[in-house]
Amino acid sequence: MDVALIVRVSRFFAEAAWVTVEISVLALALGLCVGFAAALAKVSDRAVLSLPARVYVSVFRGTPALIQLFIIYFGGPQIGLQLEPFAAGVLGLGLNIGAYMTESIRGAIVAVERGQSEAARCLGLGHLQAMRKVILPQAARLMIRPLGVNSIALIKGSALVSAISVVELTYTAHRFISSTYRPFEMFMLSAAFYLLIISAASHLIRTLDARFALRT
Amino acid sequence: MIQVADLHKAFGAVEVLKGIDLTVERGQILAIIGPSGSGKSTLLRTINHLESVDRGEIWFDGMLVNQPLRGRRFERHVNRIRQHIGMVFQHFNLFPHMTALENITMAPMLLKKTPRREARELAESLLRKVGLLDRIDYYPAQLSGGQKQRVAIARALAMEPKVMLFDEVTSSLDPELVGEVNKVMKQLAQEHMTMLIVTHELRFAADVADHVLFMADGVVVEEGPPAQLFRAPAQERTKTFLQEVFK
Repeated sequence: MDVALIVRVSRFFAEAAWVTVEISVLALALGLCVGFAAALAKVSDRAVLSLPARVYVSVFRGTPALIQLFIIYFGGPQIGLQLEPFAAGVLGLGLNIGAYMTESIRGAIVAVERGQSEAARCLGLGHLQAMRKVILPQAARLMIRPLGVNSIALIKGSALVSAISVVELTYTAHRFISSTYRPFEMFMLSAAFYLLIISAASHLIRTLDARFALRT
Repeated sequence: MIQVADLHKAFGAVEVLKGIDLTVERGQILAIIGPSGSGKSTLLRTINHLESVDRGEIWFDGMLVNQPLRGRRFERHVNRIRQHIGMVFQHFNLFPHMTALENITMAPMLLKKTPRREARELAESLLRKVGLLDRIDYYPAQLSGGQKQRVAIARALAMEPKVMLFDEVTSSLDPELVGEVNKVMKQLAQEHMTMLIVTHELRFAADVADHVLFMADGVVVEEGPPAQLFRAPAQERTKTFLQEVFK
C-alpha cells in the first residue's frame, strides 16, 4: 500500500467528501419535504390526494435509483429539463429517498394509537389541527430511527451520482485510479471517508433519538 | 338536548344499530347498559359523529348532527358540534406528550383562543375539582389509571360542554380505582350536567342515572327509571341479562 500516495491525494478526497455531504444533505431535505407531503396525502381519506402519493411511492421504490438519475440527467433535456449534474443528482436522489421517507413517515403516523386522534377530534379539533398538535408530535418520536436508516442509505446511495459525473467521493476515486492505477488505495480511501460521514450521521441520529425520547 | 330517531348503522354486513330512538333532556342522566356487542358504545359514538350512520337522525341542541353536507363543510359543522360535547373513553386517550395542564388547556387555547393565563386558571380549578391539582405538571405516564381518567374528564370539561359522553370509563381500571372516578361523575351529576353513560356497572347506573336504557342486539329492549328497570323489568331479555350480571 502506497501511503505517501494516499497522503498526497487525500486532500482531493476530503473536498470530494464535502460534495458527498452537500448532495446528501440537500437530497435529504428534498426527500423529507416530499416524504412529509406524500405521507400526509397518503393518510388522507381523499382519493385526489392519496392516489397520486401512492403512485409516486410505487414508481420511485419500484425502479432502480440509477435509472431514475439517468432519466433526469440524460433524458431530461429531451423534455426541456436541462440540469447540471449536481442539481440532477439532488433531484434524483431526493425524489428516490422521498418515496422511502413517505413510507417511514406514514408508518409512524399510523402507529400512533387511533384513540389519540379520536380524543383530539372529540374536543373539536379539525384533521390538520389534530395532526399538528397530537399525532405528529408523537409520530415524530417514532420516525427518527427509520428516517435515520433512510438517511444513511441515502449517503451510501449518493455514490450513484458518480455515474452522471458529479465529482463526489466515488467519482474522485475513479478519476485518481485512471491516473495512478492504484484502485485498492483509492477505493479504500473513499470507503474511509464514507465511513467517517456515516459515523457522524449515526451519532447525530442517536443524539436526536435520545433527545426526543418520551419523558416519563 | 339530544334526540335520536330511527338510527341505523352497519359495519359491513353486520347491522349493529337497528333503529334506535332516544331522547335526553337538559340535565338528565342516561345510563345505557347491555351485554357486550349490543351496540351501546357505537350508539354513543354516533352522537358526536365518531361513527357515521346509515339512516336516521341525531339532533343535538336543535342542530341536526348528521347533516347532508359534504367534505370541508361537513367537517366544520361536526367540529363545531363536538366542541359542545365532551367525551371520555375507556382507555383515557390522554395525550402522552403533554402534561396534565397541557392536556386540559390545549383545546380551549387552540379553539376558543382562551389566553394562556386564563386557560391555566381554568385547568387549575378543574384539577382541583377532580382532586388532582398537585399533579398539574405530571405526564400521563406518571399517573395511575384512575388519575388519568380524572384528568381526561377535566380535559373534556375544559371546553365547557353542554353534554358529557362516558364510554365505559371505568372498565379498564383496577377495582380499587373505580370509586374515585365514579365520585367525580356523581359530582357532575349533582351539578346537573347532562350525561350519557355507557357502563357495565349496574350499581353505579342505578345510583346515578335517572333514566336507564337496556340495549341488546342493536335495539333498545327496554327503558325506564332505574328503580323500575332493575327491580321490575318487563322484558324477558332484560330479566335474563340482570340475572346473569347479579348471579
